[in-house]
Amino acid sequence: MVDFSLWDIFRNLLMAARWTVLLSLVAFVGGGLVAMALLLARLAKLRGAQAGVSAYVQLFQGTPLLMQLFLAYFGLALFGVNVPAWLAAALALTLYTSAFLTEIWRGCVNAVPKGQWEAAASLAMNFGETMRHVIGPQALRIALPPTVGFLVQVIKGTALASVIGFIELTKAGTMITNATFRPFTVYACVALMYFLLCWPISAWSRRLERTLRRGH
Amino acid sequence: MISLDFGAVLAEWPQLLRGAAFTLGLTAVSAVLGVGLGVACGWARAWGPAWLRAMVGVYVELIRNTPFIVQLFFIFFGLPSLGVKLNPEIASVIAMVVNLGAYAAEIARAGIEGTPRGQIEAARSLAMSEAQVFLRVVLPPALARVWPAMTSQIVIVMLGSAVCGQIAAQELSYFANLIQSRNFRAFESFIVATAIYLALSVLLRQTLNWLGPKWIFGRVPQSR
Repeated sequence: MVDFSLWDIFRNLLMAARWTVLLSLVAFVGGGLVAMALLLARLAKLRGAQAGVSAYVQLFQGTPLLMQLFLAYFGLALFGVNVPAWLAAALALTLYTSAFLTEIWRGCVNAVPKGQWEAAASLAMNFGETMRHVIGPQALRIALPPTVGFLVQVIKGTALASVIGFIELTKAGTMITNATFRPFTVYACVALMYFLLCWPISAWSRRLERTLRRGH
Repeated sequence: MISLDFGAVLAEWPQLLRGAAFTLGLTAVSAVLGVGLGVACGWARAWGPAWLRAMVGVYVELIRNTPFIVQLFFIFFGLPSLGVKLNPEIASVIAMVVNLGAYAAEIARAGIEGTPRGQIEAARSLAMSEAQVFLRVVLPPALARVWPAMTSQIVIVMLGSAVCGQIAAQELSYFANLIQSRNFRAFESFIVATAIYLALSVLLRQTLNWLGPKWIFGRVPQSR
């Protein structure tokens, strides 16, 4: 029988938390890229993009993330490849993140006054130039606080990857509980770690929002 | 070659129906209690004494910055070591209420703080008690203002309840898991469950949109 001290529990959880951070970053960056592509397709008024992206967003916002994870896990397996849990988790979380971010950013672009589009058009700017020099910089300022805020949702979302067997913070908590029979302490530590990860980001997002509002 | 067989999953429709009904029941109970808790906390955050405001602030921040699944595991697996034994269903309801309460508190507070000062002063000048001022003058329009956000949050909590299957609460995802463990049609089983969740979320959103003005805050004039 191995004895776990509180420090052992903490140390092991801390090791596992690295995977939570890594998965969050992969999903956030990957989701951001996909979201940007979807947003541009929508703004450039590509045929079918409006309806397509809107259905995509509806689909991911109207179903549980847990089901999306299961579908990615078992769906990839259908193709005969043995998918590791981290790949399924990264894929599902990337798509989930992209659906939310593209919707958030669309709202930010819409918040830029319509006159800005017209002014850019009257200067004979094409779509790319309008986005890069006129709409993009303004939308970016508005988008920063909610985007940072959504990062917290992504970090919390990675906890569900534990269910398909990816060993991150929550899964490590379950495993340590099974070894130590101290669920109260272990899950309190797990919760504390998520809090220490998320709370500064939440606070940062709130501060950004206040600065933005003061600027107006 | 991929071959899908939805028949094997759909044949289990009584279980899927039971699961969906349970998910809705779980959501209904949690929504009523959670929004109630949220309004109480929202009042405390906006109008309460300083010590209460601080306590509710800690609660809200703790819940909003930790994952629901960890909250659920803490309640279901952690609390028994303090002598509190809960069955999966009760633990699920508690976790959902505590979770929704924190988000609803922030939403309700935003609504309460948006009340024009003049309305409160007018109500007080009519010799209404503080409780009357809050319940009859401040709360209904406050809820009307934030009802779209509240609706979204309740839908999010409903979708989050899929996690409760992990502690064997017999909701929709629990049955989807059960079905796939019997017939090995995992992908089909979760596709069907996902489609049902999508339908439930649309249904729930419509119901709440109708329910709010009809029963909860009445047809208050929308002052913006």
